[in-house]
Amino acid sequence: MGLLSPTASMTRYKVTGNIENSIKETILKGLKKFCIADIENENFEKSVGWTSFDNPFNPDFDGMKFEIGSFFLFSMRIDKKNLSSKIIQKHFSIEYARQAKKNGRDYLSKNEKKSLKEHVVSVLTLRIPSTPNVYDLLWNYETGSLYFFSTLKLANEEVETLFFKSFNLSLVRLFPYTMAELLLDLSDVEKDVILNLSPTKFTD
Amino acid sequence: MLDIAVAYNRFKFLGFEFLTWLWFSIDGDTDKTRHPLNDFSIGNRIALENRRDNKIEIITIKGDDAGLEEGLLALQKGALVTEINLIYVEDQNKWQFTLKGENLSINNIRHPDIGPYESSEDVDAFVFEKIHHYNKVVEIIDQTFKLFIASRISGNWIAQTVPQIKRWIKH
Repeated sequence: MGLLSPTASMTRYKVTGNIENSIKETILKGLKKFCIADIENENFEKSVGWTSFDNPFNPDFDGMKFEIGSFFLFSMRIDKKNLSSKIIQKHFSIEYARQAKKNGRDYLSKNEKKSLKEHVVSVLTLRIPSTPNVYDLLWNYETGSLYFFSTLKLANEEVETLFFKSFNLSLVRLFPYTMAELLLDLSDVEKDVILNLSPTKFTD
Repeated sequence: MLDIAVAYNRFKFLGFEFLTWLWFSIDGDTDKTRHPLNDFSIGNRIALENRRDNKIEIITIKGDDAGLEEGLLALQKGALVTEINLIYVEDQNKWQFTLKGENLSINNIRHPDIGPYESSEDVDAFVFEKIHHYNKVVEIIDQTFKLFIASRISGNWIAQTVPQIKRWIKH
């Protein structure tokens, strides 16, 4: 459910930190450096990186427009190969029988089993296609406000890490405490009052 | 500023109190002049949670015309609102979304219709319109949260607001 979906869900962030050079060039550099890597026909289970908002499955940051008004608009993509334990078990059993027969035994040692399982997972990972998930980001670089169009814990953790690696800027998630602290323009005295709040009881 | 992970857990209760206060402000508060509270109504979902004796009781009320009596009953037993679906109407335009108390994430945002785009030139205008609607939702949440925090850290919270909420819950 991204920015263009009929219904959307979002987590809000405040971007903190400074960019000393041209912000647009810095962001473009970070997007290119941490662009999603293709893991089809590769022995990797997961890939996380940036992609373009309007062409998420064929990112080309050189020809891409990622600025709209005072917003940067781009997406994070997570490609993951989901190997079910049943598929692994099936191929492991087949390989186990083949290997045991080849060795002239009807069993494999503990180390042989471990090595065989790693081999099976590796071969399957190479063969199966990855499932892509695309999450849009809308970043108002004038106000430092960022909307991330997902509320999934895993996606939020990935974007926080990737954002920092790419741009050397931190994403501070907005929740009740940080909203009061960062958005409401409270005095130091008022912030101290919030720090000392304890839960209210609405029943007698 | 506190460590983020510590603050997240330490102040979860503030989000639950915010949503409980919000329901009271929409449904039970006699002061209907405060913008944007006067343009809100409760949507199609409220979730409440009651933690006592190391047990968690979760009550969820769903449906467009669902009665909220069970929710009030849960409040009487000490529950707080953890999730609320809200409708905001302004100049005949309607925004609907669900707020989660724990982190104030905004879910299932629906906004007034935007005409379809027919050419690539229309896409920018379409995206701008979308941004406008998301900003609107964020703006009204921030304004409402600001009203809550102002009330929550004032002396009136214990002296006036909490007794009013208690009366509304009993009623």
